[in-house]
Amino acid sequence: MRQPNSQPCSELMLRETASQTAGPYVHIGLALDVAGLPERDEEIWSRMAKPEAEGEHIEVIGTVIDGNGDPVRDALLEAWQADASGWYQPAFDLQKAFNSFGRTATTAEGNSEWSLTTIKPGSVARGDGKVMAPHINLAIFARGINIHLQTRLYFEDEVEANAACPVLGAIESPTRRQTLIAKREEVDGKVRYRFDIRLQGEGETVFFDF
Amino acid sequence: MQDDNKRFVERDRDWHPPAYAPGYKTSVARSPSQALVSLQTSSVSELTGPDFRQLRIGPHDNDLLMNFREDPALAGAAGLPVGERIILFGRVVDQFGKPVPHTLVEMWQANAGGRYRHKKDGYLAPLDPNFGGVGRCLTDEQGWYRFRTIKPGPYPWGNGINTWRPAHIHVSVMGPSISTRLITQMYFEGDPLIPLCPIVQTLKDPEAVETMIGRLDMARSRPMDCLAYRFDLVVRGELQTYFENQ
Repeated sequence: MRQPNSQPCSELMLRETASQTAGPYVHIGLALDVAGLPERDEEIWSRMAKPEAEGEHIEVIGTVIDGNGDPVRDALLEAWQADASGWYQPAFDLQKAFNSFGRTATTAEGNSEWSLTTIKPGSVARGDGKVMAPHINLAIFARGINIHLQTRLYFEDEVEANAACPVLGAIESPTRRQTLIAKREEVDGKVRYRFDIRLQGEGETVFFDF
Repeated sequence: MQDDNKRFVERDRDWHPPAYAPGYKTSVARSPSQALVSLQTSSVSELTGPDFRQLRIGPHDNDLLMNFREDPALAGAAGLPVGERIILFGRVVDQFGKPVPHTLVEMWQANAGGRYRHKKDGYLAPLDPNFGGVGRCLTDEQGWYRFRTIKPGPYPWGNGINTWRPAHIHVSVMGPSISTRLITQMYFEGDPLIPLCPIVQTLKDPEAVETMIGRLDMARSRPMDCLAYRFDLVVRGELQTYFENQ
């Protein structure tokens, strides 16, 4: 039976449901605490690694900046990353020490930074045998973003792995490659990586189609 | 390698709204001006995604009539939200019609007066003390999901001098990988505000708008109780790669 609100693109295939912006109130659905709603028993949020998780514990922090240079204060981000050994852990379970998936949001106040508490991922092998440098896949949703933007965060101190990464290498402009490299900082003895996402204009972050 | 003997049907970016859609003013400064970089060789990074079967989902998480009740001890009509009671249900399938089981569907919406329970919403319509506006569930073995809620109201917004959002429910679906991730909005069949909406108009193809219209389903409506709207979600089709590319 034909799907009632779907559209065929051929005899054999349906069209994907069309995307719409997540809007200014995305937090009600995906970030309840940010909206001011009480949280449910379990929420999907930004603490991807507990203290007992294996690997180097890091914080990842950043802003989202629009084409005017102003912070985007209502963005929601989703992260997907490998564990310290370079394996994705699809089974999401808050009882586990580490989850490959997390969510975070920029804040309405202050510096409007998003942050994730996680571990540094390992290098990930690709099917063709090439090795991708450690990275975190990020999706950005917000009011004014009609279909989510997809990018990758790489690490400044992985110079050799970054130079050999086939995905970074596929970005034609070496200048633009640099937009995907998070800067290492140490704050109170803890390792933190800063990754500011520029949606438009000078220093515009590379966004991927896949 | 981990799970990389598959790929997904390419996303048709002319079907989806473009990043830059000046009729929807906020998109102007939030749209990249550079082209997207296409990943020619897919990898496990995009071919995998979270599986939420272990996420503890509460018994009322998909029931917006009950999940923000001021006093859970209340019974009957006391403590129910104001508005038209509806069932929102549908099936998550891929582009080949294959059901997507056990995938996370999340939704959020305004109340019957068009007001969101959000710090930043200052619309003059009142909050409903018994309505939060958030739901989530996993699809079943055959890809079906269902929520019970009230029909949200339309509301004005500052895009133009007098622009109104049609009644809509935001719907978010994960699908089998981060490649199938999608957030959309469901509109209600027959709403005259749909063609007037600058966000709907970000889509160039009227058939793409049709994919976002929930249909009244009298057969699944419950007599003397609630109407039902069916809204199917189609995510990118999954393909197996049987031959090594060498």
